[in-house]
Amino acid sequence: MTHNHHEERVFSIDGLARVEGEGSLHLRLRNDHVEQVSLEIFEPPRFFEAFLRGRDFTEVPDITARICGICPVAYQLSSTAAMESACGVEVSQQVAAARRLLYCGEWLQSHALHVYLLHAPDFFGVDDAVQLARLDREAVERGLRIKRTGNLIMETIGGRAVHPVNVAVGGFHRSPTRSEVISLAEPLRRALDDALDTVDWVSSFDFPELEREYLFVALRGNGSYPMESGNVALGEGLQVTARDFEALVIEEQVEYSTALHARLKGAAGDGSYLTGPLARFALNADLLTPLARQAAHSAGMGATTAEALSRCNNPFRSIIVRAIEMVFACEEGLRLVESYEPPDPPAVTVEPRAGTGVGITEAPRGLLLHRYDIDERGIIQMARIVPPTSQNQSTIESDLVAVAQEGIQLSDEELGWRLEQAVRNHDPCISCSAHFLNVTLERG
Amino acid sequence: MDMDRTSTEGARPRVAIWKLASCDGCQLSLLDLEDELLTLADVVDLAHFTEMSRTDLGGPYDLSFIEGSVTTPRDEVLVGEVRQISRRLIAIGACAVAGGIQSLRNYAPPGEYSSAVYAHPEYLSYLDTSMPVSAYVKVDLELHGCPVDRYQLMEVISAELVSRKPVLPAFSVCQECKARGTVCLLVSKKEQCLGPVTRAGCGAICPASGRGCYGCFGPQEAANPSSLSMRFIADGASSLRLWHLFHTFNSAAPPFSKEGLRYRDSASSHEVEGVGGASCDS
Repeated sequence: MTHNHHEERVFSIDGLARVEGEGSLHLRLRNDHVEQVSLEIFEPPRFFEAFLRGRDFTEVPDITARICGICPVAYQLSSTAAMESACGVEVSQQVAAARRLLYCGEWLQSHALHVYLLHAPDFFGVDDAVQLARLDREAVERGLRIKRTGNLIMETIGGRAVHPVNVAVGGFHRSPTRSEVISLAEPLRRALDDALDTVDWVSSFDFPELEREYLFVALRGNGSYPMESGNVALGEGLQVTARDFEALVIEEQVEYSTALHARLKGAAGDGSYLTGPLARFALNADLLTPLARQAAHSAGMGATTAEALSRCNNPFRSIIVRAIEMVFACEEGLRLVESYEPPDPPAVTVEPRAGTGVGITEAPRGLLLHRYDIDERGIIQMARIVPPTSQNQSTIESDLVAVAQEGIQLSDEELGWRLEQAVRNHDPCISCSAHFLNVTLERG
Repeated sequence: MDMDRTSTEGARPRVAIWKLASCDGCQLSLLDLEDELLTLADVVDLAHFTEMSRTDLGGPYDLSFIEGSVTTPRDEVLVGEVRQISRRLIAIGACAVAGGIQSLRNYAPPGEYSSAVYAHPEYLSYLDTSMPVSAYVKVDLELHGCPVDRYQLMEVISAELVSRKPVLPAFSVCQECKARGTVCLLVSKKEQCLGPVTRAGCGAICPASGRGCYGCFGPQEAANPSSLSMRFIADGASSLRLWHLFHTFNSAAPPFSKEGLRYRDSASSHEVEGVGGASCDS
């Protein structure tokens, strides 16, 4: 995978493992300086924005879920939020609470997958979780247990773990009963213990040194850690509405890669920014639940007082933040289970009207933006979907430059692996991006 | 990356997982076998499973699973190669079995979709159609669903390991509704439910959630969708609705393809006039 020509070292890792979807990375060093870097996506384009045109506004949660099997709830909740906004409808408090519980399930499922099966093996120098289980079977079983609890929540509220069927524009098709929901309490209590153990476990890993300067972008929670709603915080100062944010995000298609790169209009430098756990944590640590805050503190991440905003600028440590967010998702899930009231009716009636709606929620790996223009019959005229990985792509590439520069003394084998790890730090979901990230195997 | 191909575990079946155009959800179903995953890894070599491992033991493989549909020249070549190095080849999920939701492009004028999404469609390399794996190579077994049901997936793996036929239902979702005691939505609420023509396997979860089945497991054997459409029309369904009902997650499966096309032209001339993009060309 690496070739030496005098002072040139070329790293070319085709078929990146342990990421969701198909991508590769290329990096060229000359005289110990990074000359060229690209994270290439060869995931085939699927053209969702094109075939959404002409479809009915009520179809978006079912159709857009199919963009990503790992985070279908994110697609369902961003798309329904956008349509509800376009139609001028607000969902009931009960619906909002049940959706948040559903999202807790997805965060648990997705974070457990990433922490245990995709990311942790790097810290043990093994190729996968099966090899990791030979070293520490208990740990891998703990991760799978948390993952199962996440899936159980998605099945109970959503009707199915991959591509839930119960989410509708305006609410749900059916309100889960109180006894169905209360049955989640016991697994969630167990998952909470497991998540706390996870924080201890990942905090003990050895992390490569790396300090980066990021422009963090995340939803700012409305009194609680952000998942399904909130304004968008651009760093620690400015906050804008979802609709204003949509106007600030520009996407460019670059020839060498198949991905559209998102940039923020008016931001410093090249306009690249970072969404996801590090950004959420930096901008919302004060809103974490009590045990999650305590866990963050004992992991050396600060966040013990309401005022103290914590920053973690080492992307390799994002695994700790995911573990902290698992603790949060368990505590928040338990609170929502205990206070659950079945929405009645399950959904508010949504009458279509001509207009535009923007919906932004926090997918496990970062901001997911949907925008739709619909006509008075509710027929979609235009769709725009900006997944987290497209927003993070430029930043991931600049991480690769920094990692290569820091690790110049490493052997080719070690540096190659570390570059892979640097991509996995941000849990890229390439399948998500595929309808727009795309394939550009440059021909000729 | 090469690993020792002559390990002491060499006698175990070599299993490979491949991905084409898809959402990852079907291979995720494999990782969702939380209780069985490590046990499975004890009895087979997961020799090629990029989402899970950096290890690639290389072929030939005893058993290959393919997720996703064929939509690019690269994947067209890949399925041929996978077929050659796999003793048994199993297509999993609606994309691999019926082209998936992205097969909606099969009904649009070539090039229209790419220019709707990309500023520079000329950078892209893709085929005008999204087709199932079986359109290119012989497939030994197809497992339906968007996504596949993980217990059905487990059943298929278990059956393959002992060379028996997997037990998979060929009947419709209706029977699953009856089995779980769900009141028929088509009869009681005049819901547009595709259950009568859709393959069982999901557990009839949509009717249990109070909504009609949307056909994500694709047509059952010997389905009669036109009879069902007549019923929907009698209950007031529009052509646009019927077209979209059949053209969503399994639009390249012949019975659904044909039934959707039956209503597409009248829908597009009467009901979606003026809508750009996905409305049809004719």
